[in-house]
Parts: sequence; C-alpha cells; structure tokens
Amino acid sequence: MIQFLLNHELRSEHSLDPNLTVLRYLREHRHKTGTKEGCASGDCGACTVVVGELDSVGGRERIRYRTLNACLTFVAALHGKQLLTVEDLQHGGDLHPVQQAMVDCHASQCGYCTPGFVMSLFALRKSVEGSDPAAAHQALAGNLCRCTGYRPILAAAERACADRRPDQFDAAEAETVARLKAIAPRRTAELGDGEKRCLLPLTVADLAALYEAEPEARLLAGGTDLALEVTQQQRSLPVLIHLGHIADMKRIETFDDRLEIGAAAALTDCQDALAREYPDFGELLGRFASQQIRNQGTLGGNIGNASPIGDSPPLLIALGASLLLRKGDRSRTLALEDYFRGYKITAREDGEFIERIIVPRARAGQAFRAYKLSKRLDDDISAVCAAFNLTLADGAVREARIAFGGMAAIPKRATVCERALAGAVLDAALIERACAALAEDFAPLSDFRASREYRLLAAQNLLRRCFIELTEPDIETRVTRHA
Amino acid sequence: MHKPNASQEELAALFRQELVTGVGRSVRHESAAKHVTGEAVYIDDRLEFPNQLHVYALLSERAHARILRIDTAPCYSVPGVALVITSADVPGQLDIGAVFPGDPLLADGKVEYVGQPVLAVAADSLENARRAAQAAIVEYEDLEPVLDVEEALRRQHFVLDSHTHKRGDAAAALAGAPHRLAGTLRIGGQEHFYLETQVSSVLPAEDGGMLVYCSTQNPSEVQKLVAEVLGVPMNRVTVDMRRMGGGFGGKETQAAGPACLCAVIARLTGRPTKMRLPRQEDMLMTGKRHPFLVDYEVGFDDDGRLRGIRMDLAGNCGYSPDLSGAIVDRAMFHADNAYYLGDALIHGHRCKTNTASNTAYRGFGGPQGMLAIEEIMDAIARHLGRDPLEVRRRNYYGKTERNVTHYHQTVEHNLLEEMTAELEASCDYAGRRAAIRAFNARSPVLKKGLALTPVKFGISFTSSFLNQAGALVHIYTDGSIHLNHGGTEMGQGLNTKVAQIVAEVFQVDVSRIRISAANTDKVPNTSPTAASSGADLNGKAAKNAAQTIKERLVEFAARHWHLCPEDVQFRNGQLRLRDRFVSFEELIQAAYVGQVSLSSTGFYRTPKIYYDREQARGRPFYYYAYGVACSEVLVDTLTGEYRLLRADILHDVGASLNPAIDIGQIEGGFVQGMGWLTCEELVWSDQGRLLTANPASYKIPTIADVPADLRVRLVENRKNPEDTVFHSKAVGEPPFMLGISVWCALKDAVASLADYRAQPAIDAPATPERVLWGVEQMKRLKQDTGRVKPAGSGAGRTEIGGVHPLCESGNHE
Repeated sequence: MIQFLLNHELRSEHSLDPNLTVLRYLREHRHKTGTKEGCASGDCGACTVVVGELDSVGGRERIRYRTLNACLTFVAALHGKQLLTVEDLQHGGDLHPVQQAMVDCHASQCGYCTPGFVMSLFALRKSVEGSDPAAAHQALAGNLCRCTGYRPILAAAERACADRRPDQFDAAEAETVARLKAIAPRRTAELGDGEKRCLLPLTVADLAALYEAEPEARLLAGGTDLALEVTQQQRSLPVLIHLGHIADMKRIETFDDRLEIGAAAALTDCQDALAREYPDFGELLGRFASQQIRNQGTLGGNIGNASPIGDSPPLLIALGASLLLRKGDRSRTLALEDYFRGYKITAREDGEFIERIIVPRARAGQAFRAYKLSKRLDDDISAVCAAFNLTLADGAVREARIAFGGMAAIPKRATVCERALAGAVLDAALIERACAALAEDFAPLSDFRASREYRLLAAQNLLRRCFIELTEPDIETRVTRHA
Repeated sequence: MHKPNASQEELAALFRQELVTGVGRSVRHESAAKHVTGEAVYIDDRLEFPNQLHVYALLSERAHARILRIDTAPCYSVPGVALVITSADVPGQLDIGAVFPGDPLLADGKVEYVGQPVLAVAADSLENARRAAQAAIVEYEDLEPVLDVEEALRRQHFVLDSHTHKRGDAAAALAGAPHRLAGTLRIGGQEHFYLETQVSSVLPAEDGGMLVYCSTQNPSEVQKLVAEVLGVPMNRVTVDMRRMGGGFGGKETQAAGPACLCAVIARLTGRPTKMRLPRQEDMLMTGKRHPFLVDYEVGFDDDGRLRGIRMDLAGNCGYSPDLSGAIVDRAMFHADNAYYLGDALIHGHRCKTNTASNTAYRGFGGPQGMLAIEEIMDAIARHLGRDPLEVRRRNYYGKTERNVTHYHQTVEHNLLEEMTAELEASCDYAGRRAAIRAFNARSPVLKKGLALTPVKFGISFTSSFLNQAGALVHIYTDGSIHLNHGGTEMGQGLNTKVAQIVAEVFQVDVSRIRISAANTDKVPNTSPTAASSGADLNGKAAKNAAQTIKERLVEFAARHWHLCPEDVQFRNGQLRLRDRFVSFEELIQAAYVGQVSLSSTGFYRTPKIYYDREQARGRPFYYYAYGVACSEVLVDTLTGEYRLLRADILHDVGASLNPAIDIGQIEGGFVQGMGWLTCEELVWSDQGRLLTANPASYKIPTIADVPADLRVRLVENRKNPEDTVFHSKAVGEPPFMLGISVWCALKDAVASLADYRAQPAIDAPATPERVLWGVEQMKRLKQDTGRVKPAGSGAGRTEIGGVHPLCESGNHE
C-alpha cells in the first residue's frame, strides 16, 4: 500500500499496477483531466504536476514543492508526499496568483500546454524570493508552447513572482507538514496489483537484501529513463525497487577531498553541490534535460543507464570520479571510467547497485571546462559533450584527463589526446597536435543529431575553445554567457 | 448584466460610456480562465461513454511495398479486443483524399510510406489495442521507393502536374543582365507539433449516422469524409469541434483519418469509439510542412536591382496530392515576397516521394517561396558588396510603377517602404550594423549578425470558392446571445474576435455572448479555418447575421416607440430612443412580445478576387498583409551554436480587432518561423523512416530561445483600405515569415568571416552543424586568394560568366 495526499485528500492505494504513471492515474482513475498528455516522454511538460515533500530549512520544517512530469512518474513515487495538480490552485472561487498572471498577460492561446506552465510557475513562485528571469528560464524550459512564443509567459512569471502574497498552501503549511509526517514511511512498503509489484525500501541494507534476492528487479530511481520503456516501448516491468525513500542514498556530503553523492540524489540537488566545486559542471547541468527531469532524475540513474550520450559521465570521468558499488553486504569502489564496458554494457554485477558517486574536490592549479553541443540550447540531448580536466603549472600541462560523450558507444576518455598534452608547454602548437590526436581517439557515428564529421571537428574545436579560455580569458567563447 | 429597474439617469450614464469589450480592445481569450484552471475540455478530456472503444492503427514499416498477406487473427488473442479492420472492411468509399484522391483510409494492397496505417484495432483500452495491433502479421514485398525530392524531380515523379507563372522574357532578361548568379537551396520541412495530437471521438446515432467530436480545422470536410466512408448522406453526420490544442494547418485535412476510422468501427460495432494518436504515431503518420528544393538563376544590375529571374520550386509532397496543388501554387505566388522580379519564369513542381503526405502548415508554401527570394537578395548583396537591406529596398514593389506581380496582380496600398523606414530608425539598424562590425573585429570566436527582412503575404484562399463563410446568431429572451460561426478555435483567439464583432454591432458586453462549438448542424458547408481567413470571413458573416437582427430591432423599436429609425441608437448595452433610454434586455423582451425573429444566419463571400489558372493571371488575393523584422544573432564560429539576441518587429494588421491577440499571433508566428529555420530538423533514414519522430529528437523552440529583447509593435492608424471586417487584416500566417530575419542574420554573422563578400552555403534549417560548415566555407574562402569558388554539401551558388566576388578588387570595408 502507498499513501499520499492528493491536494488535501488522503489517498491510500492498496492495489495499483506499479507501471501506472501519475498521468494515467490522474486522468483515468481520478478523472482529473486538467493535466494533459502531450508526448508521454517527458519532453513537452504538458503533464507537469507539483509534488510537495517534507523539507527542513534552518531547523524549520516546511514543504518543498517541485515539479515533475506526471507522464514519467510511476505512482509509487508519490508515497508519503503531496500531489498538486492544476485543479487544486483555485481557492474560494479565485484564481491563484500564477493563474491570474497567466490570464492577465494573455499567456494562453490553445491552452493545452497551459496547465503544465501553471504548475511550473507555481513551483517557481514557491522557490524564489521575487521575480528572477534566469530562474524563470530554468523553471520553464521543459514546458513547450507552440502558440505564444513564450514572451507573455515570461511576463506572467515576472508578475506572479513579484506578487509575494501568501496563498492557501502557505496558510495550510503547518497542517500539511503534520499530515505528511503522519504518513511518513516507516517500513518497506509494497504496491502491486497481484501480477506486478514495486517495493519501496527505506535503508541501503534493505535495498541490498531485496535486490540480491531479486536481481531481475528493475531499480527505479527518478524513473525518467526507465518509465520510457513503459510509455514508449510498451514494456511491462514486473518487479520494481524504488530508491526514492532511502535517505542515505539521497544525501550529498562534502569531505576535505571529495564529494560523496548518494546515487538517488536528484540532479537538482547535485547541480548545487557540483556547481560550487566546478562552475562548468553546474552550467552544464542547467542545460541537462528540464527542471522537471532534474527534480526527478538522479546522478546514479544517469550513470546506471549507461547511455553513450548521458551528460554527467564524461564530466565525472574527466574529474576522476569513482563509484561505490554494493551487492548484499559487500561493497567495492570502481573508477567510473572502468564502469562502462560497451554500448549499454557495464561492470555492474547482477544484484549490484550504485550506492554513491565519489567526486574529487577542486584543487589549486586545476582547470576544468565542460561543454555540451546540441541543436537546441535547452532540454536537448548532446551531439557532443566534452570535459577537460587539466592540471597546469608554469605554463605547462602537468596532467590531462579528457572525456567525451557522443563520440563513441560509451562515455570515453581521449587517451591519445591526453598523452599529447601531458607534460608539454601549453601553446597553440600543442593544442593543434592534441586536436590531431583526437582523431585517433574517436571514430564517431553519424545520426540525426550530427554527422561524424561535425562531431570530430566540433570536438577538436571544443579543445581549442578550452585553450582560448585558459590562455586568453578576455575573449568571449560562449553564446550562452554573452549578455 | 442588467440591473433591473435602473433609472433613466443611470441608463443615460451607461449610454455615455464606451463599450470596453468591443472591436479594437484587448479582450482576453474567451477560454483564458478555463485554460489556467484545467477546466477547458479537449476531446480526450470528455467523459467517456459506457462501452467506449479505443483505436490504435498499425503503421507500415516499409516505405514502398506490396502487401502480400495480412493476418489479424493473432490480434484477437489480446484481451479486450473488439474488432480489427483492414481496408476491406470499410463500408463506403475508401479514399479520403481532400481535394484529389490518393489517400486510402487504410492501405489498399500496397503501402507508400513508413507510418501509413495498415489496419486498425479497437479494444477496451488504448494499451490493449496497441498490443493487439502489434500482434498482427503483415507480409510485404518491397518495391523501390523514391525518398528524395531531387530524385523525384529528376524522374518527373509527380503527384500533380507542374505549373508556371510567367512575365516577359526571363531568358532574354537574364542574358542581358550585367550580373548573373545561379544557385540551389534546400529548405527543410516542419512538424506541426500541436500540443494536442490528432484525436476523434465518435458516437453512433440514428439512421446510420454519427456524432463526431473531432479536433479539426475543417469540420465540414470531416463530415463529408465520414459520410463517404460510411456510405451515408452528409445529413446523417454531425461534427462538433469546441477547441483544438493547436492546429497550425496540421488539422486541416489530416484530422479526418482518425475520425473516419472511428466512424467505421463505431458503425461495425455499434459502440462509441475514440482514437487519440500517441505522439510518435502522430509524427510518423501525418504530413508536415513541405520540404522544398529551389534552383534559380537571377540577373541584376550594378545596384542589385532584378532584371530577370528563373526559379524552379520543387515541393516534396510525400506520397499523395493532399493540398499540394495549392501549397506549391502559394510558394510560387510568394516567390517575389516584396520584390518586383522583372521578367520572371517561376515553375512549381509537386514531387512524389515515399514519405507521409505533406500538408498545410501556417504559410502554406508561402514561407518556402519567400525564403528562396530572400536567399537571392542576400546573395546579390554579397556579390555586389552592398548591405542586404539596401538591395532589398531597391527591389521593393513601387507604388505606381513596378507594382505588378509575376501573376499580374497589382500591389496596392503597399506599406513596406514606410514600415521599413520606421523599423530601421526605431531599431537603429545603421548604428547596430556599425557596432556589430566593431564587435566582430575584436571578437575572434563569437560573431554577430544582423538582418532586416520584409514580409508581404497575400490574403485569401487561392481556390477562390473557399472564400465564403456562414454564421448563426440567436438572441434569447433574457438578452443573452448565442453565436456560432463556421470557423474553428485552435488557440488563435478567433472566437474572442468574432464575439467582439457581434458585441460591437449590438453594443453589448462580450460577456453577454456565448460562442458554442463549431458544429455542422448549425453552420453548414464551411471552409477550413485556414489561410489566415478565420476572422476575415467568419467575422464578416457573424457581423452580417448580427446586422440583420439589429435592423429588425431598429425597425421594431421605431414602430413600437413611434420614432424614426435614426432615433434608435445602440451603445454600451443601452438604447437611446431620442429622449429616453431602455436597456438591451428591455428591448429584447419587447421585441419578443412584438413577434420579431431574434435569430439570423449570416453569410459572406470575399469580393474582387479571381484567378485564371490556365493563364496564370488574376487577382488571387483580396489584399496583402505586411511586416518587417530585424534580428540580431550571436554565432560561435567554433561550434556553430548561436543565440538570438534581439528582435524588433513592426507588423500590419490594419485596424486591429484585438491588439493583445494580434501581438500574440505575431510573437508566436515569429518564434515558430524561427524554429523552422533553426533547431527544427526532420531527418529520415535511408529506408524512409522518420528518425526525428518524437520531441526527444525533434526540437521546437523553448522559452530560452526567445530573446530577452523582443520588441513587437503594430502599425498604427492604418486601416485596411479594403472593406474587411472593421478594416482589420488577417494575422495568422504572415508573421510566421518574420522568422526569416533570424536565418538571414545567422548567414550575415557567418558571412562576416569573409568580409561579407560571399553568401555562405547554409541550407534551412540552419542547425549548428550547418552553420559550422558555413563557417568553414568562409574560412577557406578568406584564406584562399579567391581561386576557390564557394562549395559545400548544401546550398551552392555560382556566378555565371563573371568573376568570383572574392576576386574583385577593392576594399570591402
């Protein structure tokens, strides 16, 4: 059984197909049709809903509201949380400030994407202190509108966020906190319909035991990739183990020399921690999918699914990150670059899972640059993703760790290029030699995202960009940073 | 509404005030509050009927093949399956082609594209229907496909005959011109990506009829096709369409397929039936904007003024004609955009390929024709070393001379010269041009580009008979008004505008008027809501209906209160009857008791237009809508990435019916046009399968692609000189082509690398990859002393019988 608040109504669901998405649950089981299906793949945001979770800020317990794509979220993820949909925002017959702003700014045309925008705006307004265009871009880049051209929606964001009047959710916050605490999970929960089931353990040890016993189970973290198997490929996932309630796996800890990131930590949370060490990592994660996906998706998941175009692995490999893998009672540490063996093949054994990702902290003399190339700047999949981790001293390259995504069947180090750089004086001639070496490292493929020729030239040019940024910092090199 | 027992003073005070929701006011979209609360009902949101069936179509995996065998028996092993149908099960006519035949509802012995529906399964859920469909066994024998427009053109593999516009002797003009250029340009298609995919829901009715809820821009066409596939008269079929979650042309013809499949299944099972396409199926199954291949030769003088031109516009129509006849025609009609072409020979070809049947999409071929001539303007400017804006202006249609198009329509009331001057000043074109040169000189990696481009777009269906519309107005005894018209609401605010028009006629608040769903029972034989014509046609029809009732009311009031008709005045919900006032409700009550008909239809047809296709001359357009846009971009010459930094737009909507809605159309059109030419790329496999058939791979603009600095203004104090509804102009399509300025600005930034002396060979869409190849081409040209001619895998251009631009002497700066 799982329990959650559907706005203020306590729902106890005993028997549901755990492959059921929140979108279908709302539309087909609860007949709440305000939430729309635009793509069922997490790319359009029409199904955006908000989930409230217990959070504590400065010792004060509060509700943290985050958006997610209902089409990619299985119902089990709602366990212990509050789900808000577009139907819940009106209060006493009045529109919510975000709804009123959308109306006043003429920000809806066909209206089909509008409920999703309203929910993204609602979460944005809850997370910022006032109007903030950069935050609005981040919050809304995962909501597609084909009609308006977005300008009036941005105007609505500005207006709604400038309006700081409390709403009914602020008024009810203490009560909601109490109700969520009352339904907080206390033991491993299970949701099933007789054929399929989903287990929701609370500790790493419980997870390890469950997964060792049922290695054929699918691990469900954010589910933003896994759910596509159900919604796009019509597969049925008979056994799921949901990691979203394991506090230890959501924690991000900072040590003197490293960050330890729980594999189930949301990318939104990783983004903050990693940006502090490596600004380029933060910038790149800002273009990783959408806010909805980053709220839901995890760093462990992005590694675990072993996509050759996952955005975090090249950066983590360049940084020399490693994984803490666990199976039953046994743990081992493995360098991330050794984890990827072939296209979607990894070193993970049956019943073994990623518990944490260990990322070295930034050191003096270290230069880290990361770049992502895609057809669209926001919420697109990389054609090429490049990460350069150079240790510099006295005008020379002491050490180079370089990794690319999109250039091979796995996220992969550019070892020939690294060798060309290591120990040499950093100058233009060296970079040209290193660029030539890249052509030995990679023989990329052509696909609908880019041709092999583009991938190779762009990869070389990204190395050139890195060089310019390190040696001539006054030269502008990124369209994303130009004011 | 009305306050009962108001005093004469109160009524008089109200009468003195202006109506605030009439024509020209920024009234909010009639559904805005329902959009933001989720209460607006789309077809998939309707309460489902008991016994509801859901339909899923199995799509062809082959681009061109004979069907040897279909075995549907395995489908029935999936629980919940009610019926599986193939083409043999369609009781009436199989073909659902809109204008020309060629679109079988289900594949008939052969498949002609990957994504063509082969069979349809109806089950108790979409999941079961989908699973069952995939269990079917279909055996194919592959036939040779034609997948490329170039190959189709070479083989003269056409869906319809070619057509020519001709003026003067283009060959002689080309031969005699001081300068000549020739080139080719490939223009990509575009997926509509309406947020609501195609959906229909059908309920069997008496006498073999059907009640059809369909997300369509063309209810009458769906009514006709449903009747035909069922083999019943049209009067048995009712189509109801409250609102679409976006259309953009994609629901003009292609909404009919799901409706017809549902109707056939509902007929055969007697059960209510719904078909909603999953996104990927929608993208595979339905047609898109036509990709085009353009080949041209142009001759011009030292000032860049055109002497003569030959253009071959080859549209990739996909496997069937659909609307391609009119679409390629419109590309030809807009191959001049704003320019006097001189002696011109314009050929339009309708190439047949084994891909989905391409269809209407905002602009309807116009954008492709326009993009070609804008490419030519830039090429001429680069060749002569002039600013492209200067060359554009030199070629603008004149007011009294050089003002006849290549299809022999005189361009009247041309606003472009003054609009260009106004925008050029307000956006500081010259100052920014200089600033950009300075920026580019000191910025080795990032380069800026600027372009100011015009739009002249012809308004009217080019099939002249389609320019007609109907409306129906009832006033009930409480004074509330029911309005229906032949147009459909897809987000463009049509219902709001038409309600404002009726509000204006009766001088009542728009809240008094309710527009009901477009419905073939209420207004028959409607034209599609397309060609930007929704408000022009339906607004006039509704105005005529309201006017008819108003005349009856005036006549009645004069009789009832013993006045002359001139003494009866309507204003802001009140009537002045010479020296006393009555409320609108009071009038309606009295008129009802006085046995006055309070209901009327209205009809409108556009005057003045005609087109003789044999002669390729006439006046296909009632008037033109104009716009100008200036875009500034920033390009990364290492990766081809770019951003739009600023856009300034000045657009002509005549006397605006609703400025807020018009600006919404302009901004939305501009961004959609920019998407077409930048990040939206359709890619097919060698086997003809669309590889970009979902939003993970096909990228429409996001909020971050819109510039922080976007300045949109309407041309002020410019009523449409033609007698359109309140002298407004159509606004749906024209602003789409303002997006061309972004594409030209990208090329401008790239051209800066070779001192603006060569036009980069960048096809559309200008993805980062294409931009980077343009950069490489410019770098090679710059390095080389000029012996190498421009070359590239994409658009190419060669000068005929002249020197290459980079060989010409002189300081380019």
